[in-house]
Amino acid sequence: MLKIWPFHGGIHPPQHKEETSQKPVATVKIPPQLILPVHQHIGQSATPIVKIGEKVLKGQMIAKAEGFVSAPVHAPTSGIVSAIENRVVPHPSGLKALCIVIETDGKDQWHKLDKINDYTVLDPSELRNIIRNSGIVGLGGAGFPSFIKLNPGPGKCVETLIINGVECEPFITCDDLLMRTQAEEIIEGIKIIQYALKAKKCVIAIEDNKAEAIAHIQKNIENEPDIQVASIPTQYPAGSEKQLIQSITGKEVPKDGLAIHVGVIGQNIATTRAVYRAVAYGEPLISRIVTVTGDAINQPQNIDTLVGTPFSYLLSETDAVLEQVERLTMGGPMMGFSVTEFDVPVIKTTNCILAQTTATLPVQQTAMPCIRCGACAEACPVSLLPQQLYWYARADELDRAQEHKLFDCIECGCCSYVCPSHIPLVQYYRYAKGQIWIKEQERKKSDIARQRHEARQIRIDREKAERTAKRNRKKAAMQAKKIANNAQEQAKKQREKVQAFAQTVNNSQISIDPNAETKE
Amino acid sequence: MPLSAPTSPHNHSNASITKVMLQVIIAMIPGIAVYSYFFGWGVLINLTLATLFALIFEMLALKVRQRPIKPFLLDGSAVVSALLLALAIPPYTPWWILLIGAFFTIIVAKQLFGGLGYNPFNPAMIGYAVLLISFPVEMTSWVVPHVIFNFPHDLSNTLSLVFSGALIGGESALDALTMASPLDTLKTQLRLEHTVQEALSTNDIFGTFGGIGWESINFAFLVGGVWLIYKRIITWHIPVGMLAGIIIISFVFYLIDSNHYASPMYHLFAGATILGAFFIATDPITACTSNPARIVYGFLIGILAYTIRTWGGYPDGIAFAVLLMNMAAPTLDYYIQPRVFGYKHGRKHKHRPKK
Repeated sequence: MLKIWPFHGGIHPPQHKEETSQKPVATVKIPPQLILPVHQHIGQSATPIVKIGEKVLKGQMIAKAEGFVSAPVHAPTSGIVSAIENRVVPHPSGLKALCIVIETDGKDQWHKLDKINDYTVLDPSELRNIIRNSGIVGLGGAGFPSFIKLNPGPGKCVETLIINGVECEPFITCDDLLMRTQAEEIIEGIKIIQYALKAKKCVIAIEDNKAEAIAHIQKNIENEPDIQVASIPTQYPAGSEKQLIQSITGKEVPKDGLAIHVGVIGQNIATTRAVYRAVAYGEPLISRIVTVTGDAINQPQNIDTLVGTPFSYLLSETDAVLEQVERLTMGGPMMGFSVTEFDVPVIKTTNCILAQTTATLPVQQTAMPCIRCGACAEACPVSLLPQQLYWYARADELDRAQEHKLFDCIECGCCSYVCPSHIPLVQYYRYAKGQIWIKEQERKKSDIARQRHEARQIRIDREKAERTAKRNRKKAAMQAKKIANNAQEQAKKQREKVQAFAQTVNNSQISIDPNAETKE
Repeated sequence: MPLSAPTSPHNHSNASITKVMLQVIIAMIPGIAVYSYFFGWGVLINLTLATLFALIFEMLALKVRQRPIKPFLLDGSAVVSALLLALAIPPYTPWWILLIGAFFTIIVAKQLFGGLGYNPFNPAMIGYAVLLISFPVEMTSWVVPHVIFNFPHDLSNTLSLVFSGALIGGESALDALTMASPLDTLKTQLRLEHTVQEALSTNDIFGTFGGIGWESINFAFLVGGVWLIYKRIITWHIPVGMLAGIIIISFVFYLIDSNHYASPMYHLFAGATILGAFFIATDPITACTSNPARIVYGFLIGILAYTIRTWGGYPDGIAFAVLLMNMAAPTLDYYIQPRVFGYKHGRKHKHRPKK
């Protein structure tokens, strides 16, 4: 086993894993309706490429990726597209977003698939294309399009590929079950990723509360010299990428940096298996294991679920008591978000559905004043000073909050977990971050407004100057004309005078002495 | 039923201020027990009266400020402040000393600043400082273990002493009963140009390290303090910092002139050093908040306490040292910040938000 470095802080909440880890992964019948949001990943939404009424086959692309940071969406089973409309999607805001709704026909007919027997004949960029077109995104919860991570960039070398099988959040056991049932496919997927990245070595990180999973994986890597297992001490948030990188390599990802800046690429363990299925079998990402658990559920277990399955379908399969559900969370209790409707669909990043009654939820109580005990600072994995951030956020002293590195907060929730005063710390930080973003937006807007205003001023001044110049020119021209006219007049008058005089002279026949003085 | 939808986290350790304060009280029990063993009922009466007065004042203040009474009264912070105040006051002092002390501790030092969490100064130490300066005679009338036991020292006589100043038979015994504390005695002796060794050997109030009884009491508080660190109620930074401060400075002067400066062991086990290091200086509300700053904070308290003890006007400098450093705590916090993950230094960078 590898040496593990410690990281600062962390907590040990009750794990609640036994409820689901001792049962096999269940399969359920295909639900009658599937709801596919077109935005299940980080980046731009995909665009639907099917029409209402169109028949689709299993694995057929129904929405294509838009732009570079994006991923396509595929039909999880065969059926007919019945609607393309806004439906409530699993998101903290509870808002609606565009979804493709499929009425399933139960036949589960596959689209044509392109299998690849030997991926080593392909160039890494071709592999990345396959992975992109299969709609594979990070299945650990973030949903970042995986093909982008598989291209570290020119001049960047990947020292270590870390496969994240830590699963540190309480309740969740989907990765644990995957490791115990699909270890071979996971290793094959890792080999594909290693080929694409040319990583020097690979470490599979598994929390030490999953002894069976560690054993299964170890057995499958006996003949792989470049792949090792690291047993990580059970702690939350050991699975957070930056903390995991510190545990395994001892290095800290620098501020504003990415894992690649310390020579590491991280991938969730379920993503690696999806990569294998996509490359070897041509199967796009259309299903995943979801842990359905919580004390409102009578038969909690892991279910191999089609993407797009409504939560309510899975809750009825696990005998949930809906009237007793006080909170329905997607994800774990530390960082998961609550959803307000039972019919929201499972998306690619849904690792857990947590249905809890009031018995297991923390009691809502008024926060007491902060007693500056420092328990939050002890628990913070980023070594921040949560109590300082709290005072500054509360007093709206946002500059001071930024000085205390507010934006390095990963919102893991360790601080508010330990707070004896029950202060909702993470909410204050989200508020402060939001205020700072709003201020940045306003500053940008006012910058643009100022630039436009200045440009407008310049333009107005220029036009004014032009008009003045034009006027001056006109004036000058008129002056010149006037002078010219005057001169002409003068000259004319002079000529007339001379003529008149000449006439008089003619008439009087007086001889003129040109040198004589004129009497005028 | 409609689903509740607050944002994450949806989990809590069920820690509470009451639990924290209860642990502090439990940690004080060994020390209080030994203290009562050596000094009799006076100790327990002080503690009881102080607690009673403190809770009454707290309730009155909350009522006047129109704040919810139950959560604040039950959080245990007034009790802890009262206990610390009572431990600092000589046993057998009249009851009104405790009343005035509780008033300044709870009303002036705590509630007037905004209640729990908002006071800049350690409330118990403010109460003690006011009493020490206003009533020097009562506050320096300590007892010595083997002397008390020559007098009637059962509960009823003690109550009589405390409430009326006389024993049950009517004799006023306070003058005969009380004398200066060991620290006070040593200081006076040093002023009288005796050496430390002479002072320690001629007076029968001194034991092996500090005064008789005082060493055991300090040791018992040490046990309680270590318990608090084990239970993670406090961290080691302030106690270690403060003890290091006292040890280092007293050791330096002891090396320079051991005739006129008492040894580090003496300073550690006399007076309120251990109580101060683990229970008084560690009051979280008034101390520094980050661990690196806490070491410096504790260290400076140690230095200041020694300075006041040796060259200042008062026999025990812990209270004033703590109050002085309470003033400096925010500044220390601002300049000493721990290094954040991914950064090279503690304080310097201002971070722009990501686009």
